[in-house]
Amino acid sequence: MKSLTNFMDSFGAILLAIIWIAPLLFAFWAATHSTSDAVNLNLLSPWTLENFRVAWAGAPWLKYFLNTFMLVTIILIGQFFLTTLAGFAFAQLTFRGKDFVFILVLMQLFILPEVLIVENYAMVSRLGLFDTILGVGMPYMASAFGIFLMRQAFKGVPIELHEAARIEGCGLLGILWRVYVPLAKPTYLAYALVSVSTHWNNFLWPLIVTNSPDTRPLTVGLSIFGAPENGVDISIISAATMMSVAPLLIAFLIFQRQFVQAFLRAGIK
Amino acid sequence: MSTHANLERRRQAIYGWLLLSPALVLLSAFAFYPSIATLWTSLFSRGTRRRPVEYVGFENYSDLFADPTFWLVVKNNLMYAGVTIPVSMGIALAMALWANGKIRARGFVRTAYFTPTVLPMIAAANLWLFFYTPGLGVLDQIGSVFGLPSVNWLGQPETALWAIIIVTIWKEAGFFMIFYLAALQTIPEELKEAADIEGASRWTYTRRIVLPLLMPTTLFIAVNALINSVKLIDHLFILTKGGPSDASKLLLYYIWEMAFAFFDAPSAAAMTVMVIVVLAIIAAIKFSYLDKRTHYQ
Repeated sequence: MKSLTNFMDSFGAILLAIIWIAPLLFAFWAATHSTSDAVNLNLLSPWTLENFRVAWAGAPWLKYFLNTFMLVTIILIGQFFLTTLAGFAFAQLTFRGKDFVFILVLMQLFILPEVLIVENYAMVSRLGLFDTILGVGMPYMASAFGIFLMRQAFKGVPIELHEAARIEGCGLLGILWRVYVPLAKPTYLAYALVSVSTHWNNFLWPLIVTNSPDTRPLTVGLSIFGAPENGVDISIISAATMMSVAPLLIAFLIFQRQFVQAFLRAGIK
Repeated sequence: MSTHANLERRRQAIYGWLLLSPALVLLSAFAFYPSIATLWTSLFSRGTRRRPVEYVGFENYSDLFADPTFWLVVKNNLMYAGVTIPVSMGIALAMALWANGKIRARGFVRTAYFTPTVLPMIAAANLWLFFYTPGLGVLDQIGSVFGLPSVNWLGQPETALWAIIIVTIWKEAGFFMIFYLAALQTIPEELKEAADIEGASRWTYTRRIVLPLLMPTTLFIAVNALINSVKLIDHLFILTKGGPSDASKLLLYYIWEMAFAFFDAPSAAAMTVMVIVVLAIIAAIKFSYLDKRTHYQ
């Protein structure tokens, strides 16, 4: 009886896993076969890399990759800088008005940047940042989520270390840099993984703010490449899709444990 | 001594505001000011060449309320939230219970469940396009084996929204599973042993012990899922563009369309204000009520 339920559990779990991974497997299948073989699910048909060649030639992918890479890097640097300073102020300093400002910051957790696209677009244009990578990244740099995360991490640092550094003659910024930042390394790593995977995948805002191949990230490039007006067939779209998800997917498969830990740390704290 | 304490307090205040200022400048530029500007814009008419912009009070709102498309979009979004939230959470719980149990190929199972989470929504939509395309798609191929007629899943009003919903569930469930999995791993082994000694069935153990202990996690996930039901609309751009005849249009997509396709900023602003109000209510409930009620362990 017990072994029967065990078997049923394994069976159900694996069946669901296969269903869950199926879209990706089909896309991989379609990307590596000619369109007619892919559509007919002809299992004995020959494998080919032709679709990747055609897809690669069909759009400035290298530029898109570089743009996405630049974008996630700029956002991450901005986030690290801003959230470290603000998180430290909220965690370790006492001053009037702190609690009020903290509540204002928390409100941004719910008023998503995605919802404010119209006014943010106006703001980015006013600043002369329309169609620049900085313009795409800027609204995300002062992330309330990041500030909250860093505040929690810094609160966990024992006050004795702070005092010891101060007695050694370290200034406030020196203490932040030499004591707090090194101790918060796991939080930085977790935040980096969540931030990079979020912005690597972001679409709506970059779609609005970019207007040329020089700034367009991968997601926007992929959506334009696959648009029905372009009449690209399913195998080539699949090849382009596989290409654009490959870096993040491979990174995920290698660092799976860290990814999962990162999402947990970011979510639960 | 008191002057020293005063000095220290002032020093902390100066440092505090200095450290906060870069973040506050950006938050003001891209969150606070835009929120107020949105409210402001929503109270003015749309300027045309002949008629300048003028204050119209709540006219943009009453126009929206009189617009049947708006109500259809609201209904779609409620449906979207009402189906994706419970179903993806239910699947996430099942996934977590399995991935936490003693099953075969556990590593593969966990990876398979979580993988959709790391894909961009646009890529996910492309993958599913291959399933949904009439005649050529995988679903039609499977259907034709059983002699079923070809169905245009994305092209007919009755199924388009469901096709969108399924992609969202597929994308979300694995992400939510992670949180359930973490919570399951904190449940002490002794509880299971005690339940076994008492002769409780697995169903009783799950329902009476595991589910109550997962309550805080469930609420945390529910709030996230609720926010996602506003936010996750990228796949509409690939799969349906809100069609056919607005059958799969969701609020944020409609806001985008109003502002950037129809250039009707005041209507977009009025809708944005309503979405922000809903999000603020969720925030208020979360911060005031749930955070206090659920941490009873």
